[in-house]
Order: sequence, then structure tokens, then C-alpha cells
Amino acid sequence: MSNPVSDEITRSTAAELAERIHRREVSAVEVTQAHLDRIAGVDPEINAFLHVDGTGALAAAEAVDAALASGEAPASPLAGVPLALKDILTTKGVPTTCGSRMLEGWLPPYDATVTRRLREAGVVVLGKTNMDEFAMGSSTENSAYGVTRNPWDRDRIPGGSGGGSSASLAAFEAPLAIGTDTGGSIRQPGAVTGTVGVKPTYGGVSRYGLVAFSSSLDQAGPCARTVLDAALLHEVIGGHDPLDSTSIDAPVPPVVAAARQGASGDLTGVRVGVVTQFAGEGYQPGVLRSFDAAVQLLAELGAEIVEVSCPHFDYAMGAYYLIAPSECSSNLARFDAMRYGLRVGDDGARLSAEEVMSLTREAGFGPEVKRRIMIGTHALSSGYYDAYYGQAQKVRTLIARDFAAAYEKVDVLVSPTTPTTAFRIGERVDDPLAMYLADLCTIPANLAGNAAMSVPSGLSDEDGLPVGLQVMAPAQADDRMYRVSAAFEVARDAAQGGPLIHRVPDLAVTA
Amino acid sequence: MPAISRDEVAHLARLARLAVTEEELDTFASQLGVILESVAKVGEVAAGDIPPTSHAVPLTNVFRADEVRPGLTQREALAAAPAVEENRFRVPRILGEEQ
Repeated sequence: MSNPVSDEITRSTAAELAERIHRREVSAVEVTQAHLDRIAGVDPEINAFLHVDGTGALAAAEAVDAALASGEAPASPLAGVPLALKDILTTKGVPTTCGSRMLEGWLPPYDATVTRRLREAGVVVLGKTNMDEFAMGSSTENSAYGVTRNPWDRDRIPGGSGGGSSASLAAFEAPLAIGTDTGGSIRQPGAVTGTVGVKPTYGGVSRYGLVAFSSSLDQAGPCARTVLDAALLHEVIGGHDPLDSTSIDAPVPPVVAAARQGASGDLTGVRVGVVTQFAGEGYQPGVLRSFDAAVQLLAELGAEIVEVSCPHFDYAMGAYYLIAPSECSSNLARFDAMRYGLRVGDDGARLSAEEVMSLTREAGFGPEVKRRIMIGTHALSSGYYDAYYGQAQKVRTLIARDFAAAYEKVDVLVSPTTPTTAFRIGERVDDPLAMYLADLCTIPANLAGNAAMSVPSGLSDEDGLPVGLQVMAPAQADDRMYRVSAAFEVARDAAQGGPLIHRVPDLAVTA
Repeated sequence: MPAISRDEVAHLARLARLAVTEEELDTFASQLGVILESVAKVGEVAAGDIPPTSHAVPLTNVFRADEVRPGLTQREALAAAPAVEENRFRVPRILGEEQ
């Protein structure tokens, strides 16, 4: 049943909700309940959530309301605002599955640093979102718990691995979400659902409690429907964490100020590089047309457009699909059926620990995870190491150098976020290489550890589906991409007659 | 780079402790072959004297103060264990009969 008051709440931005909650025009409990109702109404169709924690969410919202009622200042600019958390970040006592049978029913004994910071900031965690198993995939079809559907077209994928987080935003089930991005798992879902997805600089957000896939690439980041909302969330979760030795010991770049500055719509003096490698074969014409129009808008805002060549980006896919599986084969060795998670075949007598381990891993992992573990095992084995893993690491150096050379000439780089719009569910599931192509444009920033984000550029003229503009910036210069994206967002809405996200088809709500 | 044989896949599965089925061996042999052929493209780059990058952030020896901090209790640590006996993880036998 549709309810005008709760519809009005669920279609608001996080910044708007926070302001109204903090002024006590609406309570955090009302806002949370409106989102829980929306989830109950549309999620049977979308399947963005693996677990909804209604009790925990309402308790967190009540605590925010009580603090405000007693005259306390809000714990953060987002206190009281609900959020959907990717099911790869641990939540104490709340299921965390990583989309895998291996962790079915697991209740983590601790909170991830991201989870803890959200709680301390008064952000209300609604539940845990669906994802490709252990974040390996580009469609959320590799989840052991069913596919998530794209709210723009329910026969299509919502991207991956964080398809649940991005779909929850596009379905107005949550105004904010957290994703993790190893090769594009925040940005690509953002692009295909018409939402904003940010991969901060590597080390900008703590990985403590983020179940590891590829440790030198994994990065948690904010997902939202507007650039400002993403920036507000970025500042809540970002910053140094002694529990993650790779987290950067420096202040979070001023991303909120940059988003507000960008919203003024002036990019005079900003140099924007268009990467020539991201076009041509394999790119959908409608995506390229949307991208060209976006670059035109940036120029109209005063940005100086420069063509930039990054020749080694052509080898980024190859390097990524050696490095990430290598790290994955090592990281996922922890699932040994001994201390937590699934155990299969333990008869208490005959079978050895090693046999139980092998039977458990066979039963607990899906096909894509097995493929990557085996590719990684192969790439790291003696006789192949130099040709595969060693060479991939050298290519990684060359890609970082391409970026460094480009950033001597420009402030940010832009490209389409993904070569095509959302593909159909089932279309690429038996063709791993075709699936991997979805991350063609997003992978280089992960390999170099730079910042990158996707902001919707519009709808593709041939299929009416969302297209993402990727904006990349040097490490620790995340604020630059927020400024450019916020300016673009304002110009896009003016040119296209209102926020893109308002053009999502209405979902049938089940009473 | 040649495609990968069924026997090689069986070897990798053993190394990775995956009790794959006969049917999976066929599927994975063909899929891994296609993937490896594609990623072998990195070999085309002349990178002889280029230093490898293992990590985007060059960090060495990150220290923290050596202070006692609370950790998990034994009960918390065992709460998710597949099997527990006498307040310890119970595991399947770890030695063969001849050992």
C-alpha cells in the first residue's frame, strides 16, 4: 500500500532527512519505519537485502531521538539517517554471509570499523545487502541467496558485486549504503542503477572487519543518490584506523566542502582529462553518446578538456585477473571448516581434517569463487609465478606511472564507468570473460590505489537505462572528484529536467 | 601460453583443497583455459627492468604501542565453531593411521 507521507520520506536525500531529524520535524524512528515499510513492500521483488534488522534499526533510531530530545547535538551530520550495509562488513551479532553458503548463519563476534563508525555517528543500519559471493562478480548473480533485480528493469542485473547496496538506493529502500570496491564493485553497480558510488583512495577507509578478497585492492566506500550524500557518508566512515595497518594516517580529504563548492556549478580552471583508451570496440554506442554529452557539459561549466593517453590501461584487465585471484586464493584459505563457518563431512572418525576441509570448500564455495581460487593458485605456483603474478605486478607499476603522468597534465580523469548498460540476468553467467569486461574502465584506479567515483550521466538513448560517468583523481585528492561530480550533477539535472533517479519506474508495492 | 589440461585442474583443486567433481573438472578446464589465455596478455608488455608493485601504498613497518587490549573471550571465540569439546575447537583427525 502506498503512503504519501512515507513515500515523501523515502524519496528524500540523506542530507534533507538529517536536517529534518535534527530540527525534530520528523523523528528518526518515523524515518526508519518508513524505510522498513518500503523494504517490506518492494524487497520481495528486488531482493536487495539478505537480512533486515528491524529491531536493531528502530533501537538505534530511538537512541538518536532520545539524544536529540535531551538537547544533545547530533552525533554526526547523518545521525538518524538509515543505511544499507553490504554483507561483507562484519556486524556484531547480526548475520554476515558475504553472499556465501560458507558463512550461512555466522554471527560475527565483532563490528567492522566501518560498522562501528556508523553506529557512533548515529547512522541507522537497516540491514545487510546482497552481493556476489565474497565480492567476486559484476552482477550479483554469484550470490548463494538469489539474484538482486535492477529497479530500472527487473529482468536486468543491478551490477556487482555490490548490487544489493545500489539496488536498495534505486528502489528507495535506503538513502545511503556502503559498498566495497576491489575492481569496480561500488562504481559499476552505481552506474547501472543510476546512483552515485565512490571508491575512496586505497587506505582512506579502514578494512578492519571487511572480509578480505584481495587485500591490496579492497576498499570500502559510500553509495548514495546524490554526490553530497556520498560525501557526508565518506567523512563518517573515513580516516585512520590503528586496526588496519594499511589505512592512511592523514586527515580525510575535505570531500563535503568540495561537494558543496562543486554544487555552485563553476569548474573554471579545472583540467579534465579524457582517457582515449576507454572507447571503441565493446562499448555500447548509447553509453559513448551519454559520455560525450557529459564531457560537453563539463566544458560548459568552464572545465578545460584535454585528451590523455594511458597506454598500459589496455593491460589492466589481465593484471587484475592475475593479482586479485592470487590474493583471493591466499585470503580464502582461512575458510578451513575448523573455527567458524560451514563444516561438511565430519563423521567424527574416518575422514581427516584435510578431507573435511576439501569437502567443505567444495560445498561452501560457488563456481566463480572456485575459479578464482584455482586461477590464483596457478598464477602463484612455481614455474608460472614470473610469467603471471610477477609480470602482472610490473604492469601494475606501469599503470600507476600512466596515472602519474596524466595527473601532471590534468586534475581529474573521466571515462564511462562501464562499457554497457545493465545486461540481462543470465546473459553472461556462463561466460566468465564477458562478465569480467564489465570492470574494464574501473580496474585501473584499483591497481593504482587512486580515488574514483561514478555519478549518473543520464540514460542511454537506445535502451533507456542509466549510464555512469567515472571521475578519477590522484590518491588523497578525493575532494577533486567530488567537486567535479557535484558540479556535473547540478548541470545534468538542469539539462535533463530534474534528478535522474526520479525517473526510476514505480515499483508495485505489496501490502 | 597453452590452455590448461584436466589433470592440471585436478592438481590445482587438490592444492586449493577443493574436492571438485568429475563434471566440474571438464567445465573448469575449459573456462580456466580461456581466462588464462586472456590474462596472458600481460606478457606482451616489455617490462624487463620495471620494478613490481605489490601494493599501492608504500608502507613499511607499521607499529602500534605494545599495550594489553581486551580481546574475545573464550566463549565468544568458540561461539561460531562447527564443533566444540571441553571449551576447545574440536577438529577431525589430523594424523593418518600410519602416522
